[in-house]
Amino acid sequence: MTFFLIVTLNGLTLAALYFLAASGFTLIFGLMRTVNMAHGALLLLGGYVGFEVARATGVWPLGILGGGLAAAFGGALIQFGILGRFQGDELRQTLASIAISIIMADLMLWYWGGITYQVALPDALAGGFKLPLLGVGYASIRLVLIAFAVVVGITLWLIIAKTRLGAIIRAGVDDREMLRALGFDVAKIFIIVFALGGLLAGMAGVVAASALSIAPGTDLQFLLSSLVVVIVGGMGSVGGAALGALLIGLAEQYGLAYAPTYGVVFTFAIMVFVLAVRPQGLLGRSET
Amino acid sequence: MFTKLKTITMTSALALSAFAAPASAEDIKIGVISILEGAFAALGQDGIRGVELAIAEAGGEVAGNDIEIIVMSSDASPDSAVNAARKLIEQDGVDLIVGPLSGSEGLALRDLSKSFPAVTFLNGSSAAQDTTLRDSSDNFFRFGGDGAQWMVGVGSYAHDDLGYEKVAVVAEDYSFPYTQVLGFMTEFCAAGGTVPEKFWTPIGAKDYSSIVYSIPSDVDAVFVALGGADAVNFLTQYNQAGGTKPIIGGSITIDQSILDSEGPFKQQLIGAPAGTPTVSDYDGAEWKAFSASYTEHFPDGFTAPSIFAHHYYMSAHAAILALEEVEGDLSGDQAAFRAALTDLEFVTPTGGTMRLDENRNGIVDNFVTEVFEREDGTLGNRVVKVVRDVDQSLGQDPATFLAQGSVSRDNPSCP
Amino acid sequence: MKSALFILPFALVPFFANDFWLVQIFGRALILGVIALSLTFLAAYLGVVSFAQATMAGVSGYTVAYFGPNSVDVGRELPFYVVLPLAIIMATLSGVIIGLIARRSQGIYAIMITLAVGVAFFYFTRQNYTYFNGWTGFSGIRAPEIAGTNLRDPLPFYLLIISVAMLCLMLVNGFIKSPLGLTIQAVRDAPKRVLAIGIPTTPVIVSAYAIAGFIAGSGGILNVWYQERISSFSVGLGPIVDILVIAVIGGLKHPIGAFIGALAFVLLDTFAVDFIDRERFNTLIGLVLLAIIMGAPDGLHGLAKSWLARFKKRVAENQV
Repeated sequence: MTFFLIVTLNGLTLAALYFLAASGFTLIFGLMRTVNMAHGALLLLGGYVGFEVARATGVWPLGILGGGLAAAFGGALIQFGILGRFQGDELRQTLASIAISIIMADLMLWYWGGITYQVALPDALAGGFKLPLLGVGYASIRLVLIAFAVVVGITLWLIIAKTRLGAIIRAGVDDREMLRALGFDVAKIFIIVFALGGLLAGMAGVVAASALSIAPGTDLQFLLSSLVVVIVGGMGSVGGAALGALLIGLAEQYGLAYAPTYGVVFTFAIMVFVLAVRPQGLLGRSET
Repeated sequence: MFTKLKTITMTSALALSAFAAPASAEDIKIGVISILEGAFAALGQDGIRGVELAIAEAGGEVAGNDIEIIVMSSDASPDSAVNAARKLIEQDGVDLIVGPLSGSEGLALRDLSKSFPAVTFLNGSSAAQDTTLRDSSDNFFRFGGDGAQWMVGVGSYAHDDLGYEKVAVVAEDYSFPYTQVLGFMTEFCAAGGTVPEKFWTPIGAKDYSSIVYSIPSDVDAVFVALGGADAVNFLTQYNQAGGTKPIIGGSITIDQSILDSEGPFKQQLIGAPAGTPTVSDYDGAEWKAFSASYTEHFPDGFTAPSIFAHHYYMSAHAAILALEEVEGDLSGDQAAFRAALTDLEFVTPTGGTMRLDENRNGIVDNFVTEVFEREDGTLGNRVVKVVRDVDQSLGQDPATFLAQGSVSRDNPSCP
Repeated sequence: MKSALFILPFALVPFFANDFWLVQIFGRALILGVIALSLTFLAAYLGVVSFAQATMAGVSGYTVAYFGPNSVDVGRELPFYVVLPLAIIMATLSGVIIGLIARRSQGIYAIMITLAVGVAFFYFTRQNYTYFNGWTGFSGIRAPEIAGTNLRDPLPFYLLIISVAMLCLMLVNGFIKSPLGLTIQAVRDAPKRVLAIGIPTTPVIVSAYAIAGFIAGSGGILNVWYQERISSFSVGLGPIVDILVIAVIGGLKHPIGAFIGALAFVLLDTFAVDFIDRERFNTLIGLVLLAIIMGAPDGLHGLAKSWLARFKKRVAENQV
C-alpha cells in the first residue's frame, strides 16, 4: 500500500513536470493553430541557459528566470523571423519548425556537448525528507514541482481569463479576422504569445534540469511527452493539458513500477484509446 | 543552401565518372567507422585519434607502403554502420576496416563481413558478446574485450573484499547492460552471492523514482548499469529518496563526467567499485608512455586517451604489426595477413599481453576501480585491482560457458 | 502513366555505374523513394502529412525478418512466396489501422497522431523480444534465390527495385483516376460535400491509408533485403524524420517528388562527410530543409518544373 501511494505521488510530481512542459505548447496552439515542433528544443535551450545562469550567479531562481527569458527570446525570434512569414499555412509552419528543431538541437550539441547537465539546487531543496504517515524519504524538489505547476497553471488561467491580453488571446482563438479588423496588430500579438510559450518551455527546461537532468535527446523526449499530453487533454486547452499530464504522468509511473517492460508503450496506448473515442481530446473543442 | 545542395549533386556526378580510377597498388587503405554526429560525436572523434596515433607511430607507412585512412561516420544505428562500410569497400576500395563504436553496429558489421571475405574487419570499441562468441566471422577480429570481460574482477571484489552477499541490479533494458550484468553476476554468484531482483528500465527513462522505492530493503548494495543521463538521474533520485545502499558501477556508469557533476549524490559514490578496460590516469609505465604519445600528437584532444581512443588504437596497432610481419602483402584475399593477425602477440597500453582466442576475440586486461576523494575535494576513479588475461569465457570452460545460452533479461539468474 | 517514365533515366544506371553506385546510391534512393512515395501520395491526394511511413515499412520488414531466414533465434521460416504476400498484407493492414486511428484528424493533428503511433511502434519493437527481438532486432536476413539468381546480387536487385518503383508509381497514377481515387481527392478538398452526397468519408480515408501501407510495405521489403537486417533503430525517430525530409525536399505535390528527394538525400547522406565537417551534418540537413520549405514550398520537383516552364517560355519567345 505504501508503495502504491509512493508511486501515485511520483506520478503526480511527474505530471506536474509534464504540465509545465506542455503548457506553452498548448497555449501557442490554442491561439495560433501552430504546432511548434521546436518546443522541445526551446525547452532544452532554456535548461542549458538556466544551468549557466545558475552556475554563474549561484541563485537558483535566477537560473529559472534566465532560462525562461532565453527561450522566450528564442520563441519570439522563431515566430518573427520564420514562422510568421507564412501565418495561416499551418502545415508549412509545422514543417519549418521541425527544420528549426533539427538545427537548434545540433547547434546546442555543438556548444554544450554530449554530456549531461544538472542544475544545482539550493541546499533547502537539494535533499530529501521523511514523508509523514508513509515514513519513507522523499525528494523535496518533487513536491516543489507540484507547487510550481499549480502556480503556473493558476497564473496562466488568470492571464487568459482575467486580463486584457487574455481577452485578446481568447478573441483571437475564436475569430482571428475580427481581431484584425478591430485594429489589433495580430502579428505582434502572435510574437508575444510565442514568447510566452517559449518562457513557459524555458522555465520547464530549467525545472527539468534541476529535478532530473538534461542532455541531447531531452528535447525530443519532452516534445513527445508534450504532444501526447496535449493530444490526450485536448489541443489548446490549459485545463486539458493539466488533465492529460495527470493521466500520462500516472500511467508512466505505474507502468515503470508494475510493468517496466511495456511501461513506455502504455502512454501511447492511452493516447490511441482517447483518440479513438474523442478525436479532439478529453477537453478539446471539436474542430468542426 | 539550395545552391550548395546542387553543387554537391554535381560534384557527385563528377565522382561518378571518376570512380573507376584504381587505387595505387602500393597504398594500403584503411577505412575507419566511428560515430561523428549526435551525442557521441566527441567520443567518436577520439576513436579516430586512436587510429591516427597508431599510424603516426608507424611513420605513416608499412614496409614501404603508404597507409591512407578514409573516415566514415555512422549514427550509432546498425543500418548506418553497414552503409558506411559498404561505401568504404565498394566505393573507396579499402583493404581493412577499423570500427565501429557501439554494440549493435558491431554485430551488423560482423554479419556484413561474411559478404566481403576479401576485406578484413577490425572491431573498434563495440563490445557485444555475440559479435565474436556466437556465429563469429573468419575475417572479423576484435583486439579488445566484450561487455562481460569489462566487468571481470568486480563480482569477486564485491563479494570477497567488500562483503556484499545480496545485490539488486538496476540496468537499462538492452544488450550491452545484459552483458555487463552477466560479467558481474558470473563471478558474484560463483562466489556465493545472490541477486534477488533485477530492474530493467527502458533506455532514456527520466524518472526512476518508482524503481528507487522498489529496491528491496535487505540488499547489501545496488549494481547500477546505466549510462550518461540515465545514471545521473537514477543516482540523484536514489539519494533524494533517502537511499543509502552502496553502489556498484558498470563500465559506463561512473565516468569522470558524473564525478564532476554537482549534487549531493556524489558523496554516496565514494568507495563505489566499477569495472573497466580503460583507466585514463592509470600509472602503469606503458599507459604513461601511450598517454604521453597521445597528448603529443593531439594537443587539442582529451587530457588522456578515452576508452575509444584506447580500443581503436589497439586494433589499428595490431593491423600495422601484422602488416609489418607480412611486409604489406595483402594478396590471396589477405590470407597471410590474417594468419599474422591471428597469431599476433603484443604488449597493450595497459601493460598486458594482447592475443586472440579461437573466435578472434581479445584476451585482455581489466581493471577494478573505486571512486575516491582527492585532496582538493573532487572525486576520481583509482585502480584497486588489475586482472590480466581475461578471456571471453570469463575463465570458465568455453563449452560450459557457451552452453549457458545467450544473455537476456532472465539469463543469468541467481535469486 | 506519364510520370512513371520519369523513372526511366534510372534504368540507364546499370550501363555506367559500378555496384556501389548501382545499389548503394541509386538502389537505396529508389527504395527510400518508394517509402516516401507513400507519404507523398497521402499528402498530395488526401491532404494529410503522415509520419507513420517508416512504421508501415517496418511492419513488412519485420514480417520478412520473422518468417524468413535470419541469424537470430526468433521466428519461423516460411517459403518466400508465402512471406512476401503476407508482408504486404500486414503492411496494408497497418495502414488500415493507422487510418482508423487518424481518420478524423487532418493537417497538424494527423501529423502528431501518426508521429505518436510511429513512436509507440518503435518503443514496442525495442521492448518486445518474442516477435521483434528487442533492441538488437534481426540480422542475417537474405533475399530469396529464384531460378538460380540471388535477388540480392547487384544487378537483379537493382532491376527488382526499379520495377517495384515503376509499379508503385503506376499504381498511384492509375489509382487517382479511379472512382475511389477521385473520391479521396474530393474528401481532401471538401469533406462535408462528400458526406452530403451520401458517401461516408471514413472508408475512403482508411482505404487511402491502406494504399499508403501497401506502397510503404513494398518499399519495406526491399529495404530489409537491402540492409539485410532490421531492428528498432530502423523504425525510430531518425528514419521517421528522414522519410519526411525526403518527401518535403522532393516536393509533396507530385509523386515523382519522392524519388527526386530520395536521390538528393542519399547523395547528401553518403558524400556530405567528404565536403563538410560531418559533425555538423544535421545542421546542414536542417538548413537545406528550412531553405526548401521557405524558398521552394513545392520542393525540388516544383523548382525544376518552374525552371522548365521558364525555359520553355523563352524557347517559345525565341521562335516567334
